[in-house]
Amino acid sequence: MHGSRRVAIIAGLRTPFARANTVLKDADGVDLARHVARELLYRTELEGHLVDEVIWGQVVPSPLTPNVAREVSLLPQFPPSVPAYTLNRACASGAQAVQNAADQIAVGHADIILAGGVESLSNVPILHSRRMSGLLVEASKARSLGARLKVFSRIRPRDLVPVSPAIAEPSTGETMGQSAEKMAKENHISREAQDRLALMSHQRAAAATADGRMTAEIAPWFGGRGMDEPVTTDNGIRTDTSLEKLAALKPVFDRRYGSVTAGNSSPLTDGAACVLLMAEDRAHALGYAPLAFIRSYAVAAVDPGWQLLMGPALAVPRALARAGLAWDDIGVLEIHEAFAAQVLSNEQAWASAEWAARLGLPGPVGAVDWDRTNLMGGSIAVGHPFAATGCRMITTLAHAMQRRDAEFGMLSICAQGGMGYAMVLERA
Amino acid sequence: MTAFTFRIDNGTAVVRFDLPGSPVNTLGSAVSAEFTALLQQLLRDNGVRAMVLISGKPDNFIAGADIEEFRALDSAEEAETLSGEAQAVMDRVALSPKPIVAAIHGACLGGGFELALACQWRIATDHPKTQIGLPEIQLGIIPAAGGTQRLPRLIGARAALDIILAGKSEAAARAFRRGMVDELVPPSILLDAALRAADRLVMLGPARRSRIGGLAAVLIDRNPIGRRFVYNKAEHLLLRKTGGNYPAPVAALAAVRTGLELGMRRGLRAEREAFGKLAISDVSHRLVEIFFATTALKKDDGVPPGSVGEVAPVRRIAIVGAGFMGAAIAGTAVVKARVEARLKDADLVRVGRGIRSALRILDERLKRRRISKPEHARLASLVSGAADFSGFRRADLVIEAVFEDLQVKREVLADVETAVTPDTILASNTSTIPIADIAAGAQRPQNILGMHFFSPVEKMPLLEVIPHAGTAPECVVRAVRFGRKMGKTVIVVADHPGFWVNRILLPYLNEAGLLLEEGAPIDLVDSTMTKFGFPVGPVTLLDEVGLDVGLKAGKVMHEKFGARLEPASILGTMVAAGRLGRKNGKGFYRYADGKKQGVDESVYRLLGVLRRDEMAPTMVQQRLVYAMLNEAAMAAAEGVVRSPRDGDIGAVFGIGFPAFRGGPLRMIDDLGASRVVQMLRSLEASHGPRFHPAEALVGMAEAGGRFY
Repeated sequence: MHGSRRVAIIAGLRTPFARANTVLKDADGVDLARHVARELLYRTELEGHLVDEVIWGQVVPSPLTPNVAREVSLLPQFPPSVPAYTLNRACASGAQAVQNAADQIAVGHADIILAGGVESLSNVPILHSRRMSGLLVEASKARSLGARLKVFSRIRPRDLVPVSPAIAEPSTGETMGQSAEKMAKENHISREAQDRLALMSHQRAAAATADGRMTAEIAPWFGGRGMDEPVTTDNGIRTDTSLEKLAALKPVFDRRYGSVTAGNSSPLTDGAACVLLMAEDRAHALGYAPLAFIRSYAVAAVDPGWQLLMGPALAVPRALARAGLAWDDIGVLEIHEAFAAQVLSNEQAWASAEWAARLGLPGPVGAVDWDRTNLMGGSIAVGHPFAATGCRMITTLAHAMQRRDAEFGMLSICAQGGMGYAMVLERA
Repeated sequence: MTAFTFRIDNGTAVVRFDLPGSPVNTLGSAVSAEFTALLQQLLRDNGVRAMVLISGKPDNFIAGADIEEFRALDSAEEAETLSGEAQAVMDRVALSPKPIVAAIHGACLGGGFELALACQWRIATDHPKTQIGLPEIQLGIIPAAGGTQRLPRLIGARAALDIILAGKSEAAARAFRRGMVDELVPPSILLDAALRAADRLVMLGPARRSRIGGLAAVLIDRNPIGRRFVYNKAEHLLLRKTGGNYPAPVAALAAVRTGLELGMRRGLRAEREAFGKLAISDVSHRLVEIFFATTALKKDDGVPPGSVGEVAPVRRIAIVGAGFMGAAIAGTAVVKARVEARLKDADLVRVGRGIRSALRILDERLKRRRISKPEHARLASLVSGAADFSGFRRADLVIEAVFEDLQVKREVLADVETAVTPDTILASNTSTIPIADIAAGAQRPQNILGMHFFSPVEKMPLLEVIPHAGTAPECVVRAVRFGRKMGKTVIVVADHPGFWVNRILLPYLNEAGLLLEEGAPIDLVDSTMTKFGFPVGPVTLLDEVGLDVGLKAGKVMHEKFGARLEPASILGTMVAAGRLGRKNGKGFYRYADGKKQGVDESVYRLLGVLRRDEMAPTMVQQRLVYAMLNEAAMAAAEGVVRSPRDGDIGAVFGIGFPAFRGGPLRMIDDLGASRVVQMLRSLEASHGPRFHPAEALVGMAEAGGRFY
């Protein structure tokens, strides 16, 4: 990596991931982010004043707390002097927060940074229409009650219909699911292949939850009014699902010819995750044992009107090149599962010479070995709180590399806007 | 002495009060004289149109009257004269043709507030240090410089009585809402705002205040019939609360009433006459002694002065055991000391419940508007918990609040020692187990001590800190200072069974048990002691503490002290019948929806006794009181407390021993040791050797000694 200092991943932690409007619905993004940040400090026994900056990702921020990172760094466990900002690189936001932290550390502007991501999709802001907003502003400026009533009298029933943000591409109007559906068709990804991937995701996540690999990365959440209903696991993981059950689900985005179902897509999810990064020398001085080091990363983008979720096809070879590594050097791979159709499309693109040519690459990148990939399942089962996913994957990847004694690991994330993200870690 | 300086700013004299050689401003005769002279000078000065009174102390306006001065009063006449002089000064201020503005930052209490009340305009800073009120009642006296007259006229009878009768002080924001001050400003513009107010008063004449309180105020405060209702209700409440043992609030109520109904002159006379009598009363003397003892304890670190150098403050705590006690300690530590509190228990359900109940203490503060919403959010994030020891290395102090069992406590401590730094203080919140036993076998016994909190922690003002023989003095100092940060009055007591409070409480409760065994009516035992001045009677207290807890403590004490403390058998019978007191809704009393109902008459049958309604309350009182006095004398002689002062404070704040009696040791002094010994001998003759007088008492009786 550039600069003179290696950047160590010291620890990662997340809240349980919960399907939206379930056990985390009463918490907002700030609550989740603060909870996980605070627990990370306690688990690492790190003094808050040692942290130079807090960087957080959030794709759908609350208009009331647009800079969630600052809410985190204003926890009383930190001194008020820790600066903080929030960024948005769509579903790669968590990874982007880690990357920005790594950059700052590498160039010597910081020694210790807490990077994270949070999403509370139970709490998406519901907006008024433009016309309604205009009327409300006008009413607030009215000088008399009469004038105000006059403004209100212009409100029509249709103005009261709220606008809630959809997961759609502003540039194309296509929803994420429609894009996945389109990719499944264009890349000839079968329904069965998608369901098989989803099944594997659930089975692996369930196994990792049962044997404690997954729960070790989770800070329990105290749910319920009496805070006596602890949540320690992700509630999207279906231990009892099967190919038959998955096959029985109806396609959502194209009811007649489609193959993308709720079962082979990642659900709307609430959750937060974070990663603690330190300069290598600082980590040693403080007595922290790094989990892994950041080797390289890359971002790429494609035309959203083409295959929206194909960004990783370009980002991965770029990150590998920057790392000076070949596909086969990667011992553990984490692929973000927005949709099974997207994962399988990415897999196809990496593996084939034809795709390499289409993408202007010198040759195929490599074939996914599923025995080294998504060992604890992926976003389909675990859930996908947009900006939190990157930090979850980095934490899981670092731990998996240790367990496998892998020298290198890589993660790949597809993101809104046709973007792709990849990061390479190396053994500590 | 020059306590006042002034400069003239564009026609307004800015009078700065800065009492030399004192951290706070107080009002005494000398200060009054100087102030009066200055006032006259400024009234004559044609270059002065208005005045602003401001303090030269950093965070103090005027803390009140000089207590030492009123303590030295010998006769009611002298006291009445002193009050009359103070009233005269205030009258001069109130009648000043040139407007006077009080610019208040920091404590503005007692005489200080009375002076502010006499001013034509009051501006306070919205700073946490700015506290405004009339705390005189707490010293057994009443406001004696016109406070009982001017406050009700300003804010209405109801609000004024609420402040005066309880001896309350209010934070600036609340004082502003209640109309006690006219403006609330940030400290940075206090003087500026005061100067502008002075100009306004000069230009526009006397201020007209918009009346507060709305319709209710019109119907009640500004209506003689409404006010009569207020007086009667206040009187009724006072009698119920004080049992007639505290004359000051009654006198204050009378002074307020006289003033509002018969005019200010009559009111002021009632005020100073009442003050004259109260200032030299025993009750006031006892309350003042307690005030001084409490003040002295605020500076007492529990080790000989100079024996310990600089120590680091406790910045974070962790608590093992997220039950009722542990959670309350966490919540109180967060609210008061504003430190991180990490809770640990065996499983997450308990941890979560503990966090929730700690947060409830914060919620309560929010509800009472003691903290703001953002503050609440900030404080709430100081409370956290886990089922493991994560975060314990961050803690400077770990408090163990697990089940009262030596083996359990030892095991917990052994685990904790592996999870903390070598400097972490380890405190056991035990009520009966000797700290030395808990520390035996520990890796770092020097870090171990006892911190005995009383339940409910957020309300009870006392904390016992108990070093064992090997505790490092640094740890004692750190624990004591932290206890104070938690808002507690802290006494350091010796590592003897029951420490101090439970030691003297147990014989008293046991005697109550023996009385019940003899058929004493439950309500008679309780009402006798509330009349004596305890906030609750011993039987109610047993129900509150939990009969199982009492039983266990009784056994421990019996083991240590032998036949003298042989427990009454009734607790065993009650517990065996599943009666644990309030916590399971079944005790000596009946409970419904968490509220105490009447005596559970079926208890008499359960205990196999016949109710003896003819039992004499005097006898009941003597047995109970003397059981405690004797034990207190004995424990004090053993050196359980470092001084009689600590012992009395412990009894008053720990068990609600009547403050107007000064505490058990003070009471022995007041009665005279020989009389106490005599009474104990006669009780011994009729009720058995448990009343055998303590050797120390006998010695004192013979030598004519005293505790103080």
